[in-house]
Amino acid sequence: MKQGVNPDDLTRPFWEAANEERLVIQNCTACDRLQHPPAETCSKCGSGAALEWKQMSGRGRIYHYGVVHDCPIRLLQEDQPFNCAVINLDEDPGIQMYSHLPGTPVDEVPVGAAVELVFDTAANGQKVPEWRVVTDN
Amino acid sequence: MATENAPRSMYRAREGLGVWEHRGEVAAVGIGHGPTSRRWDGKPDTSVGAISLLALRKAIEDAGVNPEDIDGLVMDELTTTGAFWPQGQELPWDVINAYNRTDAPLDGITQLSAEWILKNMPELSGVQFTMYGRVCMSNAIVVAAQAIGEGRAHTCLVLKAWHNLPGRYYQTGPNADDAIPGTNAMRSLWGTPACYGTAIQFAEYCRKYGKNHDMMAPFISNSRRNGLRFPEGYWAQHRPEEITPEDYKAARWIAKPANLFDNDIPIMCSAAYLFTTAERAPHLKQKPVYILGHASSRGQARSFIPTLDEVEAECASSGRKLLEAAGITADDVSFENLYDGFPQFHQFHMEGLRYRGIQPGEALDFYQTDISISGPNPVSPSGGNIGSGRSRFWMHTDCIQQIQRRAGERQVTGVEPVIGVSGGPMPTGGNFTCWSATPNY
Ligand SMILES: [Zn+2]
Repeated sequence: MKQGVNPDDLTRPFWEAANEERLVIQNCTACDRLQHPPAETCSKCGSGAALEWKQMSGRGRIYHYGVVHDCPIRLLQEDQPFNCAVINLDEDPGIQMYSHLPGTPVDEVPVGAAVELVFDTAANGQKVPEWRVVTDN
Repeated sequence: MATENAPRSMYRAREGLGVWEHRGEVAAVGIGHGPTSRRWDGKPDTSVGAISLLALRKAIEDAGVNPEDIDGLVMDELTTTGAFWPQGQELPWDVINAYNRTDAPLDGITQLSAEWILKNMPELSGVQFTMYGRVCMSNAIVVAAQAIGEGRAHTCLVLKAWHNLPGRYYQTGPNADDAIPGTNAMRSLWGTPACYGTAIQFAEYCRKYGKNHDMMAPFISNSRRNGLRFPEGYWAQHRPEEITPEDYKAARWIAKPANLFDNDIPIMCSAAYLFTTAERAPHLKQKPVYILGHASSRGQARSFIPTLDEVEAECASSGRKLLEAAGITADDVSFENLYDGFPQFHQFHMEGLRYRGIQPGEALDFYQTDISISGPNPVSPSGGNIGSGRSRFWMHTDCIQQIQRRAGERQVTGVEPVIGVSGGPMPTGGNFTCWSATPNY
């Protein structure tokens, strides 16, 4: 099981949206550019004021994956081994998110496949964006 | 004397800077290593401060300089391998009081300031220049070379040390908590070990070029074999164990496609070099090894993990910058000692430099040829971190020793050791040095 999450000032909008089963990513309106992980300022223009949270479609693709056999997080150790993939968002493939790929057997990950947003629940009830391989057309 | 971090301007991180303005004006003339250990045993004479004093004094003796003639000290005050003094645990006052302490009680134990070094080496009475080259020996080398080139010091010690404490790596602290702050959670909620990012890059590399994990076996075996011929190293000193290709292929996964041997072992260790000007160097005990150039990489990943495209672009840029700074071509390089911790990114560094003309995607095939110290294409003759434990400095020591022909059982025999390159750590962030037998190659 994933560790609980204590939203902090920087990330509260992300986690609140997740509890509503929405994915929002920081966007700089001055640069028209997404950034993730979130930061206090835009990594391109340095503006803090121009940053907003933008809702994503919830579609992406699997860049690649690893199978974690020796996890440093105590709460996840009982789930070993498990998949951990890097997802590229359809809105901007430069933006990555991690995923345990619920429903995909260990080490049977279709690299490049389309994925869609789902939500997992962390130890303290916080909902967490996750991704599932799209099986239908 | 307050010691500051080196300004960014001392690192040559941009492309197009041309030949290093101090090409051949700085030389390495002394090497000293402290003993290695897996973890600190709590005794005063094995602390990170103690082994650093040993390393520094050995480097001075090796060079044959009068300690009073040394006017510079460049080092890193950070020494952690990932281990921190546990909150609430009583401070080791017997160790603290065994030395001349600073205001920070754990100085010399879990950190190491220039002030602590100078307080405990009264023989260094002439040091007027100190600076921190933070992160790795590769930083400290670049900063010291630049400092001597700019005339800030003429004879300068360069030091990097690491401490490791009891307890398993990364298993304590926030990783054992039931909940973590939202900012950390963005990255760490998925439980990826440290090698994961490199494993992803390696997996994508294998997919793109049609290679596989087993093709790393000759590189790993060669690295450990070379390391076992490095008497200053951890494996040679404590556990002289070869890694056969079969051992490598059978090892347990950490984050597949990274297994146990695709990770290095955190240790306690310390190394020091003595650098001086090209004018002074010929009058000292050892054959000088000249620095032809240095270059740094400060790549920024767009998101969490640098993609293979980002890694390859940055390594190619680092290679171009280093060769340009040194005023040489890849064909001039006798041997390479680019960083290997993690070994799954060693090929990115090597391909970026175009070592022996290899192009992106060709390194794993190159590993299937003779890459030993006796062949025409030595790869990592130091053995790197896989050969001797995590120090990030074996590669530099080896470049100096090879060119001085003092590498002992590791001495390359298939090539003339005239030009060596070392550097790292990360493919998207590191510092690289070109070493030469002559100042005006
Ligand atoms: Zn912006």
